Amino acid sequence: MKSAVVVFPGSNREGDVLRALKLAGSDVQKVWHAETELPKGTDLVVLPGGFSYGDYLRCGAIAGRAAVMDAVRAHAARGGLVLGICNGFQILCESGLLPGILMRNANLRFICHRQFLKVERNDTAFTKAYAKGQAIDVCVAHGEGNYTADVETLNRLEGEGLVAFRYCDAQGHVTADANRNGSMNSIAGIYSDKLNVLGMMPHPENLVENLVGGTDGLRLFESLVSSFPKAA
Amino acid sequence: MIRNDVAITPELVKEHGLKPDEYERFVNLIGREPTITELGIVSAMWNEHCSYKSSRIHLRGLPTKAPWVIQGPGENAGVIDIGDGQACVFKMESHNHPSFIEPYQGAATGVGGILRDVFTMGARPIAALNFLRFGEPDHPKTAHLVSGVVAGIGGYGNSFGVPTVGGSVGFHSRYNGNILVNAMAVGLARADEIFYAKATGVGNPIVYLGSKTGRDGIHGATMASAEFDESSEEKRPTVQVGDPFSEKLLLEACLELMKSGAVIAIQDMGAAGLTSSAVEMGAKGNLGVELDLDQVPCREEGMTAYEMMLSESQERMLMVLKPGMEKEAEAIFHKWGLDFAIIGKTTDTLRFVIKHGGEVKADLPIKELGDEAPVYDRPWVESPRQPVIEPSSVKAPMSEAEALLKLVGSPDQCSKRWVWEQYDHLILGNTVQTPGGDAAIVRIEDGPKGLALTTDVTPRYCEADPFEGGKQAVAEAWRNITAVGGLPLAITDNLNFASPERPEAMGQFVGCVRGIGEACRALDFPVVSGNVSLYNETNGQGILPTPAIGGVGLLDDVTVNASIAFKREEDVIVLIGVTEGWLGQSIYLRDICDREEGAPPPVDLVVEKRNGDFVRQLIRSGQVDTVHDCSDGGIALSLAEMAMAGRIGATLTAVPEGLALHAFLFGEDQGRYLLALPQENAADVLYEASAIGILAVALGVTGGDTLILPGEQAISVRELKAAHESWLPDYMAGKA
Repeated sequence: MKSAVVVFPGSNREGDVLRALKLAGSDVQKVWHAETELPKGTDLVVLPGGFSYGDYLRCGAIAGRAAVMDAVRAHAARGGLVLGICNGFQILCESGLLPGILMRNANLRFICHRQFLKVERNDTAFTKAYAKGQAIDVCVAHGEGNYTADVETLNRLEGEGLVAFRYCDAQGHVTADANRNGSMNSIAGIYSDKLNVLGMMPHPENLVENLVGGTDGLRLFESLVSSFPKAA
Repeated sequence: MIRNDVAITPELVKEHGLKPDEYERFVNLIGREPTITELGIVSAMWNEHCSYKSSRIHLRGLPTKAPWVIQGPGENAGVIDIGDGQACVFKMESHNHPSFIEPYQGAATGVGGILRDVFTMGARPIAALNFLRFGEPDHPKTAHLVSGVVAGIGGYGNSFGVPTVGGSVGFHSRYNGNILVNAMAVGLARADEIFYAKATGVGNPIVYLGSKTGRDGIHGATMASAEFDESSEEKRPTVQVGDPFSEKLLLEACLELMKSGAVIAIQDMGAAGLTSSAVEMGAKGNLGVELDLDQVPCREEGMTAYEMMLSESQERMLMVLKPGMEKEAEAIFHKWGLDFAIIGKTTDTLRFVIKHGGEVKADLPIKELGDEAPVYDRPWVESPRQPVIEPSSVKAPMSEAEALLKLVGSPDQCSKRWVWEQYDHLILGNTVQTPGGDAAIVRIEDGPKGLALTTDVTPRYCEADPFEGGKQAVAEAWRNITAVGGLPLAITDNLNFASPERPEAMGQFVGCVRGIGEACRALDFPVVSGNVSLYNETNGQGILPTPAIGGVGLLDDVTVNASIAFKREEDVIVLIGVTEGWLGQSIYLRDICDREEGAPPPVDLVVEKRNGDFVRQLIRSGQVDTVHDCSDGGIALSLAEMAMAGRIGATLTAVPEGLALHAFLFGEDQGRYLLALPQENAADVLYEASAIGILAVALGVTGGDTLILPGEQAISVRELKAAHESWLPDYMAGKA
């Protein structure tokens, strides 16, 4: 599988996701935001975490309009896989690839901590290595992760099974305490209609080795790699 | 002849923070009345913050060399060799005064400044730490300052993309009017690709890089060199505004440019901005510098030479480039959307010449401005000796269990999770030990090595006995690194003291520096960088002497380490080191008995080294994976922290005779560690210790969900944890 990790000015978790993709067995390449095309044969586009353009104006607002995003939208329209993590999720919402918006955390502070997520479905390219309903141990690090959408959008996401992950406790219970940023319906990540675009606030790429806390995050990248035939 | 439009009055000289004799020295040096620009330049260079004029002669006594030291103090940051062609670059610096006036931006730009110091040397920052002291919790300003400082540190570091992995937070009334915000940054470079400030070659282009120059921060360094009073808040305009986004771009652009081979010398524009960076580059290289300010990228129109030379706008760099490589350098900076301008050149005149609007605004001898600034041997007096407090003279006002519960939930000993959860401590994916332990551990690239990092000092010890306190600060940093399995290599020191013009405060400084030097020599733990912050006093009330020590150690195999959390039931708890029940200046005496007095515990550096080397070898050989040093609150607090971290209880059975239980449990004797290890290893460890004359005693066992102290009611670990975790969030929510 070939992955392209888009680097915007202010991206800062591109190295983390490159490491995770390599560990999972993907070929990886960085793509500068000013490019107008993706590398040939790109299977997966990743928009990494960080503070693109300093998060000035609104998180992800400027990056959502960067030159490279036309190519990303075209890739998604062809059914290509796109993963946006943290700032990448914010960019996906700003670029129109996913509905809703990430607001300031309910406590108005940046929060960085380990976090369990409930896997809502395991029949997508992103989650096939998990069990349905499994509580996976990853981490969050954001100031604006409070997922917010209008009622109609929320109903559609819920009705069509487009919620990817919810904040939960270690036992997989979706509780108010586990939803520290105040997201609607405890939403931590959502899919596009065709399930080929995933945006999520938590960082699976930081839980890919036992030495630094565990490997629950690695399974997401392994799921993606296993969706493609091995290159000869 | 240089034109002078502003008459230099004694008032003007005073406003620039120069003493009459310093001004006279300056006039004699140049042989005429200075211009206003020149007065500004000299005030920036000769203030305490930039010149170290009161501290310099004492700092000379610190050990700064070791076979693994590549660069000691005097550059932007210290550099040590960590093997395999890699170098660790690190430094700690204060931003105390600005943070008190404007906590968010003051703290944020403190982080920005220290990150810049590290990447100026060619290193990519891989970890940040901090050391914070606030006034007493009841003081009306404290919560506001905590909130702003923590958000500022997080705001800058999180956006820049460096994990903030450790630090220290404490409260004391002596910081009511002067908080301490010390930030440390640690970077990784190739040992043979370190960049320095020293300019070489005549006629080489001097380039300005980064953000534009504005009117912010003018006289920041001068402000940092004066005491505070009620009018200090009017100094808000001297606090700079940070832009971590620009800094991140500056990092990437600088590292890319360094790789191209175009850089001869580099200096960031920190305190005293363009003045300090240009003078340092020239003075270090024995060269003159000529700047044409018409070329400086400005944010505002009509800026004068004076303003440009003193602006402390952030995220700016000055470089000397190899001639002929200007175009290549410019292309890199434009790719990252940053300003690039050739603003001058090196000369062979040893003069610092500033031109603006076709006119010479300053023409000064560069060496005397820089490395030959005035040096003072200020009068100082030794701090009065405090009496040693006998353990038997301290009565326990409450049960040991009650005292422990109170201490774990006290402002200084409670969990600082509320703070460090606002810092991204996981970015880069290398954080092996997160905040909350003895030292943080970060893996170096993909391993196998790791760095152990800590910041520490016990100011109340330094106040009671500066020499012993200075020793203890270094010993504790060394112990913290040892307790996770690291080999301590070097320190950076951030010496926060009150006014050097008061002999008592100067005496504290001198005593602490001597103690630091003594411990560094004994522990092979040299000082490679540092910062001196004096004049930390408001209306004559000085802070506690606070020489914060930032320690760096190396783990050859980062997977072999120890942490404080109990890991198994039925582990044997072993105490390494001698316990005499030293209660003088202890947390127990202060927070339980309400007495802040006595001599602090002495540190026997020979014992310290022997005990530490033994513990480290146990960790490295895989015999022990659970270690905590005994510091504030003694054995009892360490034990409670180990239990809370592992969510496993413990029962203490062995208690020495002839010593009151509270003195045994809460005494702060130095050079001690608590270990927890499987039964089958315990006998060997106890034997090995006794064979080399180290006192090692099995105190009890782990297990259950309560902590049982001899003759006391069991305390549930859950209850301890609730007390430990709740104080700070409650306080910040206005509930404590």
